[in-house]
Amino acid sequence: MLAFFQQPWTWWVSGLLISVIMFLLLFFGQSFGFSSNLRTLCAVSGAGKLVSFFDFNWRSQMWNIAFLIGSVIGGFVSHYYLSNGSAVKISESTVSDLAKLGISAPKSIQPDELFSIESLFSLKGFIILALGGFLVGFGSRYAGGCTSGHAISGLSNLQLPSLITVIGFFIGGLLMTFVLLPLIL
Amino acid sequence: MKLLKFLALGTLFGIVMAKSEALSWYRIQEMFRFQAFHMYGIIGTAVTLGVLGVFIIKKYNLRDINGNPIIFYPKEKSIWRYLIGGIIFGLGWALSGACPGPMVVNIGYGFVSMIVVFLFAIIGTFTYGLVMKKLPH
Repeated sequence: MLAFFQQPWTWWVSGLLISVIMFLLLFFGQSFGFSSNLRTLCAVSGAGKLVSFFDFNWRSQMWNIAFLIGSVIGGFVSHYYLSNGSAVKISESTVSDLAKLGISAPKSIQPDELFSIESLFSLKGFIILALGGFLVGFGSRYAGGCTSGHAISGLSNLQLPSLITVIGFFIGGLLMTFVLLPLIL
Repeated sequence: MKLLKFLALGTLFGIVMAKSEALSWYRIQEMFRFQAFHMYGIIGTAVTLGVLGVFIIKKYNLRDINGNPIIFYPKEKSIWRYLIGGIIFGLGWALSGACPGPMVVNIGYGFVSMIVVFLFAIIGTFTYGLVMKKLPH
């Protein structure tokens, strides 16, 4: 039984559970949108005194912060209790494409070249992580949502703005993958 | 406690992100290179079931746990903020291999580096707040 949970889950099980999470949030009177937490955390830190965009009643968003804390716990539980330590089984063509960029084949779930402590304390490694995070944080608020708010919640409600955003995700993602990443790595 | 159910749902979300490997930089690269069905299967299943469920909620005017009708607010009509914001997000997604949710799941998983990614995501959102009035929306 535990061995079943320790294997990676098939795509449809994961997709099904994501929609279950979305519907339970609606049933609890809220909606699925993770990047709102970034705005809330700015507000909690007192950014509302400087910028009116962050001057709102952040206490009404505590349910989403609870969801965020749960996500951290979920990651912890997965690593220590629900993992068999296997490497991510990505396709051979991805492995060989990434090898050309100097990224080794998966040994766990993340490449050491980007996420090891040594990489974090190198100038280039730090800039990659910082820039990646910055673009995600800036872009998600500019677009008014991230993968959960637009790709899952928005597309489920057939919102054209969400479709435009998801097309944007792919324009940016393809530009990074095929044009910028070979220059950066 | 009211917040406990959201904590539990967040925990489930974290487990799903980890067990589906959606928190892996490798999986995001594989997706943007169109070399596997995996990520498309996950998002496609979630959206297909989502469309069906939202349709049912609207058709039968279903209510939430407090007895209030479940309302879907249409997103404000525009092109530029969604397109430009989406492109900026996509650039960051393919570079860091994580959207905001998976960032914090990674932190729980033990990837200390993701704390830096997440802190800069907060700084990115703060910077948007600073300059938003000067941007096309």
